[in-house]
Amino acid sequence: MSLNTMSHLDDIPGTTPFDGDQARKGYALNKMCFSFNEKANREDFLADEEAYMEKYKLNEQQKQALRDRNVLAMIEAGGNIYYLAKFAGIFGLGVQDVGAQQTGMEVDEFKKMLAAQA
Amino acid sequence: MAQIIGAVATSHVPSIGNAMEKGLQKDPYWKPFFDAFDPVHEWLEKKKPDAAVVIYNDHGLNFFLDKMPTFAIGAAEQYENADEGWGLKVAPPYKGDSKLSWHLIDEVIGADFDLVTCQEMLVDHAFVVPMKLMWPEGGPAAIPAVPVTINSIQHPLPSGRRCHALGKAIGDAIESYPEDMRIVVIATGGLSHQLDGQRAGFINKEFDVFCMDKIVNDVDAITALSNHDIIEKAGSQGVELMCWLAMRGAMNGRVSAAHSNYHIPVSNTGGAVMVFDHEPKPVLKAA
Repeated sequence: MSLNTMSHLDDIPGTTPFDGDQARKGYALNKMCFSFNEKANREDFLADEEAYMEKYKLNEQQKQALRDRNVLAMIEAGGNIYYLAKFAGIFGLGVQDVGAQQTGMEVDEFKKMLAAQA
Repeated sequence: MAQIIGAVATSHVPSIGNAMEKGLQKDPYWKPFFDAFDPVHEWLEKKKPDAAVVIYNDHGLNFFLDKMPTFAIGAAEQYENADEGWGLKVAPPYKGDSKLSWHLIDEVIGADFDLVTCQEMLVDHAFVVPMKLMWPEGGPAAIPAVPVTINSIQHPLPSGRRCHALGKAIGDAIESYPEDMRIVVIATGGLSHQLDGQRAGFINKEFDVFCMDKIVNDVDAITALSNHDIIEKAGSQGVELMCWLAMRGAMNGRVSAAHSNYHIPVSNTGGAVMVFDHEPKPVLKAA
């Protein structure tokens, strides 16, 4: 095995490496989130989420994860966290909000957990 | 000939940029991080670099998954920042040095590193935040820079060993540049953090401290690690350590740590800054 071998099937708990399988599965979702770099696109999304998701040809799993605002489900559907952060940004949410949701904590609790690692 | 006067490595978390915009540098949460930049400013003032080579990773501003270069280099006279989607204010453009860029391109590709060359390149927070940390007045006040990016998004990522070797090639290229210039190498990213999954919020102080120690003069202890090891120990986004390894590789002479600070938490991240002095290897002249 080479130094850079990494697969989403790897065994690091709570971790889904973004490998070729994930990149293929999540392409449409990540492409849509990449478009959120532009304000006009963020506004178009908010104006009609279903139409915007359709325009980027998201599959049903991806659409449902977005409807549910469920970050773990977005990752399961191939989302990469750097692009998903742009989706979260639309709602004014940052990485600590996203971290709290994924770990099932309140945001304050999540922040305390971070500080406790000092 | 150009010389490498040393290097600075720092975390580049977007919320550092937000804190600067809001003037929170003396806020109790932020003070332990920002205070560590006073010695960096003093060092830069003393060393007076003419240009910077900035090694970082793009987070989906300039590059998307349609075309994802493992290593890329800017070759422009100016680099613009742009909206990244989460409310960070867009910074004014930064100066480039395309002549230095093309020298690095010729030499580094000549050394068998097949860089992607970019005559247009948007620089994201991972470039802008460190530049603002080092030159707080912002874009026009900062010295010209050559941005170099390492893929940290999509596996397979280059190994730490490969990134260190890339850095060596960049260092050799800088030292063969015929202009009488003083160059500082800047690495941005890390240290340990993980944004995604049930393990989100993972920080590993012990590993970060290990890396900050070993990177000075025992870098093999880090480059021996596989990417799997690094993700396990530093978190999914802890792979930004690759930028530090490339920075270290660029210094081919004698290296010592001039300044070092580590603080948890900076947002979700182990926040680190280090400054390195570099004495070039003596050149043996023919009699």
